[in-house]
Amino acid sequence: MRKIAVVISILWLLPLAAFASGSEMKLDRAPIDSSDKLSLQRGAQVFVNYCMTCHSAEYMRYNRLRDLGLTENQIKDNLIFTGQKVGELMTVSMKKKEAKQWFGVAPPDLSVIARSRGPDWLYTYLRKFYRDESTATGWNNLLFDKVAMPHVLYELQGEQAVAVSMVDDGHGGKHELKELKLDKPGALSKLEYDKYVADLVNFLVYLGEPAATKRVQVGIIVMLFLFFMLGLTYALKREYWKDIH
Amino acid sequence: MSKRLESMLEWVDARFPLTSTWKYHLAEYYAPKNFNFWYYFGSLAMLVLVNQLLTGIFLTMNYKPDASMAFASVEYIMRDVDFGWLIRYMHSTGASMFFVVVYLHMFRGMMYGSYRKPRELLWLIGMGIFFVLMMLAFTGYILPWGQMSYWGAQVIVSMVGAIPLIGQTLSNWILGDFMLSDAALNRFFAYHVVTLPVLLITLVFVHIVALHEVGSNNPDGIEIKKNKDPVTHIPVDGIPFHPYYTVKDIFGVVGFLIVFCGIIFFMPEMGGYFLEYNNFIPANTLQTPDHIAPVWYFTPYYSMLRAVTVNFFWVDAKIWGIILMGGSVAIFALLPWLDRSPVKSIRYKGPYFKTALTLFVISVLILGWLGTKSPTPLYTLLAQIFTVIYFAFFILMPWYSKIDKTKPEPTRVTE
Amino acid sequence: MADTEKKQEPNSRRRFLIAATSIAGGIASIGVATPFVMSMMPSERAKAAGAPVEVDISKLEPGMLLLVEWRGKVVWVLDRTPEMLANLKKLDSQMADPKSEKPQQPAYAKNDTRSIKPEFLVVEGVCTHLGCSPVYRKDIAPADLGADWLGGFFCPCHGSKFDLAGRVYKHVPAPTNLVVPPHVYLSDNLLLIGSDSKESA
Repeated sequence: MRKIAVVISILWLLPLAAFASGSEMKLDRAPIDSSDKLSLQRGAQVFVNYCMTCHSAEYMRYNRLRDLGLTENQIKDNLIFTGQKVGELMTVSMKKKEAKQWFGVAPPDLSVIARSRGPDWLYTYLRKFYRDESTATGWNNLLFDKVAMPHVLYELQGEQAVAVSMVDDGHGGKHELKELKLDKPGALSKLEYDKYVADLVNFLVYLGEPAATKRVQVGIIVMLFLFFMLGLTYALKREYWKDIH
Repeated sequence: MSKRLESMLEWVDARFPLTSTWKYHLAEYYAPKNFNFWYYFGSLAMLVLVNQLLTGIFLTMNYKPDASMAFASVEYIMRDVDFGWLIRYMHSTGASMFFVVVYLHMFRGMMYGSYRKPRELLWLIGMGIFFVLMMLAFTGYILPWGQMSYWGAQVIVSMVGAIPLIGQTLSNWILGDFMLSDAALNRFFAYHVVTLPVLLITLVFVHIVALHEVGSNNPDGIEIKKNKDPVTHIPVDGIPFHPYYTVKDIFGVVGFLIVFCGIIFFMPEMGGYFLEYNNFIPANTLQTPDHIAPVWYFTPYYSMLRAVTVNFFWVDAKIWGIILMGGSVAIFALLPWLDRSPVKSIRYKGPYFKTALTLFVISVLILGWLGTKSPTPLYTLLAQIFTVIYFAFFILMPWYSKIDKTKPEPTRVTE
Repeated sequence: MADTEKKQEPNSRRRFLIAATSIAGGIASIGVATPFVMSMMPSERAKAAGAPVEVDISKLEPGMLLLVEWRGKVVWVLDRTPEMLANLKKLDSQMADPKSEKPQQPAYAKNDTRSIKPEFLVVEGVCTHLGCSPVYRKDIAPADLGADWLGGFFCPCHGSKFDLAGRVYKHVPAPTNLVVPPHVYLSDNLLLIGSDSKESA
């Protein structure tokens, strides 16, 4: 019986280990810190300036951005360009139908994009655009082939081009390796651009679950209380079970 | 107790069996004194049930069972409703933990022979609970109307459509439409919040009534009622449930809550197992996600569904898959009659049973893991092998349990 | 076993542990109840919908009543003529609370005209009896309201009467004057209803 318990506990871990593998492209780890309010504020700025030209965050209210250490007036003055009220949802005026005509697909709402894609995917995706004359927008993406979205941040990153080379795959065969190199530099250096994108991704993660910080804070209190309860109830149980043993 | 309270209690007792119920089910319900770790999960299942009912009621206050509003209303709960995120995570984590607790509770029964005479009916009622629980999980998973909600439900409903002759009509009847749509969401909501919970509460009540009629089994698998004190007629190996098991279960509850709250507060998605990543994308009827897998608690059955790839006896592989999947759940109900061992508990059973149970557990876990993966030829082969082992555990049981070399049961419970 | 039958009184350690666990359990129950109770308060959406509203009063003519929606209720903005203001004094004796003693208005509206600027009345159009919306009757001495009617609000549900400062008449079902909501003038022509600070505009 003991043995069964051991086997079970080992086997439980098996799927967790296996879950990590299986993606075609290695994702870069997003260097984000949800407690860095300044990074979140910069990310919010990028989000409303660039993303919200097309994408909405229609489950989020502007005034919720108080979480980032901003006052309602700061939010109104710096982050709302649509003439909306501070309590309203972060919608865009672009009609889904028109957007579909322009891009082929309607730009998805970004409220919970970080929860479906994950921060690493977003961080990689936003840095892997390259010039490709064969697509409608003139842009392509190494992570998301033939993506309908153009490279909105190209003025900052510059223009990348793809270089294809054949490399040994270690089994005697060869496979294609695609690498990006910077053709025309943008306004930011590579390091600056990575940091810029990291701020944005940081914000997107916040946007996915604004309650996350509070969740952890409440959680710590709850856990401390429960461990105290555990000791207390154990003492109570032992006291009663003295009768039996 | 003060005089006044006593006379109030008398007044009630003359009109309602309050004191006698308390005594029958708690203060004078004699449970074996040798319950171990595995005996926590029954009361924990009750705790999770209460959690689901309570959080569920509060979720319905803000959720909208409408295909065009459901996804947004869940995000509304997560953002705009004060503490809505906590109530939602308690419910979503509770759903998974319900299965964790119930699976361990069932495994306990399998180890110690809790399904054997005189507890066959108790086991069958438990199977009913398990079935209702699966229906609840299925109908509940549709409600957020995300990609996994939609396509998961699509797969299950297509199974109904596979039934010969009446399948298509039946599936239209279930959906109230010619495809999965708002109509289905609306009625599945009704099942999830009214029909099934009422059924579940009733079955749990009946389960406990049946348990207290026959008395609890224990890790030694012997009947404590066979050895009663000649004067008091109390089982000599029994102790009153209250206070001994109430204090013990309270301790167990706190231990469980540490795990439960750990997940709720620090990893509510549980790495994509409790809340699947793709379910954060609103349902899109035109595009299936690249990879669809059911929630973890359904993956073993899902693997068996996919394992059948050839047609037998002029019946489609698809239908065999469905039969196998249904059978894999239903076959548990036969356990009381499949086990021919002279002893109940694994402690006194022989090597055959121990090996069979170990293999069974391994096959469930591997099938569960395979169910989260996209099928490849290797995985399909593995699924087939372990499906055979899964069923062999049950089908061969009458044989191996009978010829197994068992040890003699003790007359008194061991510590 | 015999030891379970010993019906002994709980010893002091046992009593202490029971008490401690009960208290901790009580605290836990309050902790669990809190999020459920809090979740039933107005949500962020409700708060956003109940946010203060800006009203442009530049087009309002003397004697004209403007209806504004705030928190799902009607708020009246009435531009009173000098004549109407003069009439208010005459009605003091017929009023239940002529000096607005009851807290039905912010401090800045506790005056003879129940307003910040004398001419502009800002008041919730909700009868203090049972919540109907009274009708604006500016006609003097109509047949149905009697010869001494100098203009005011008449509630069709149960016949309560209010004057043009929202003050309730004596001997009518409504107990108190109409409520003056918090409000502030952002500029000469811009009124903010729902807040008395310019900050929350």
